[in-house]
Amino acid sequence: MNRIGLLIIKDVKLALQGASDTGMTFVFLLLACTLFQFSIGPDQTLLIKVGGGVIWVVALLATILSLERLFITDFEDGTLEQYFLSPMSLVFFALAKAISHWLTTGLLVIISAPIIALLYSLPNEVFLPLFLSMVIGTPILSLIGTLGAALTLGAKRSGVLMPLIILPLYIPVLIFGTLVIYNVMYGHNYNSFLIVLIGLLLLSLALAPWATACALRQAIE
Amino acid sequence: MQSLKIKNLECNRNGRSIFTGISFDVTPGRILLLSGKNGSGKTSLLRILAGLMPPKAGSIVWGDKKFTDKRDRELFSPLYIGHSNPVKLGLTVRENLIFWAKIFGHGLNVDAALEQFGIRNHSELPASYLSEGQKRRLTLARLALDQPVSTLPSLWLLDEPAWGLDPEAVKTLSNLAIDHVKNQGMVIISTHGNNLDELLALNSDRYSLTENNC
Repeated sequence: MNRIGLLIIKDVKLALQGASDTGMTFVFLLLACTLFQFSIGPDQTLLIKVGGGVIWVVALLATILSLERLFITDFEDGTLEQYFLSPMSLVFFALAKAISHWLTTGLLVIISAPIIALLYSLPNEVFLPLFLSMVIGTPILSLIGTLGAALTLGAKRSGVLMPLIILPLYIPVLIFGTLVIYNVMYGHNYNSFLIVLIGLLLLSLALAPWATACALRQAIE
Repeated sequence: MQSLKIKNLECNRNGRSIFTGISFDVTPGRILLLSGKNGSGKTSLLRILAGLMPPKAGSIVWGDKKFTDKRDRELFSPLYIGHSNPVKLGLTVRENLIFWAKIFGHGLNVDAALEQFGIRNHSELPASYLSEGQKRRLTLARLALDQPVSTLPSLWLLDEPAWGLDPEAVKTLSNLAIDHVKNQGMVIISTHGNNLDELLALNSDRYSLTENNC
């Protein structure tokens, strides 16, 4: 098995063993959506209107929640140094970390999205486009998030710094992700927005692992 | 046989000079014991040699090859073991060692390596069950794995490897280091003068990072 596969399996296994972290993300998603509902009130028309936006905002926040410790343990116990010295490129290591993060958080967000859609009484025709936009959008969140986690690795206030760095980069995903949902709801074609999301995914796939590797190299040195 | 030549190496961290003018040769078939007070730069020196940080000045030369901070990993990829133990507590002892063996392309003689360091009977336990000394043994067990074939003699960089080890494990470690240099490998060990120094005395040279280097 290649080294990327080994890394992903190891990280997913460790994440599943610390199931409390993964469970926490799921609970956070549902809790945050419920809080939005409480604050908006019982007006169903309004809930339907804001539902699409709420799903994406909560998805972004859940992603950030699980990013803070992405590299910390590896950094502190010397694992990161060993990856740096291994024959594997740090770019592939960064990619493997983003994939592991998506498998343990992004998938959870995708699974939760229909439940949240039900909570907000979104129409049935929204479900498939919502699923598609999430499948394309959540890997972008993981790729950009991995970069943010690497840039703030070793920083004193990484928990505060990281959202400040990555939230602006999440804005295009948020805009096009919610546009997919609203265009379905108002009977418009949403394919063009999915294509834009695919473009963003390809762009972040090409740039984020490379930039993450540079940031990790800086942190190690 | 060509030796690894370190010439006038300088290190700065956060604007502070850690050491200057470090020069020595490491000959295949010999162990170099690095000594010096706390903060004298032993760890920084080993990290520079490993390629984990760039030197401020100076050079690392092997034959006609000069290594800068951008190493040719195909040619020069030392086995570095630092202060910390890269052990994942959620994996079993065996899984930890297999993981590193596969990542670095070592041989998979994992059971024999664990046996050498006296932790084979814990191999199926999660690493979280190990004491600090046992975690150190697990980290060092990588040295007992079959090393990948390299163009250059293999270099081990060990930063206070005997920390937390009992005399039995220190003996295992010294035997491995001696076997390694007998096969024309090179070993650099930072040490504070303990049992390991005595065990390696016959096969080692010494270099002290003194105040003259600061």
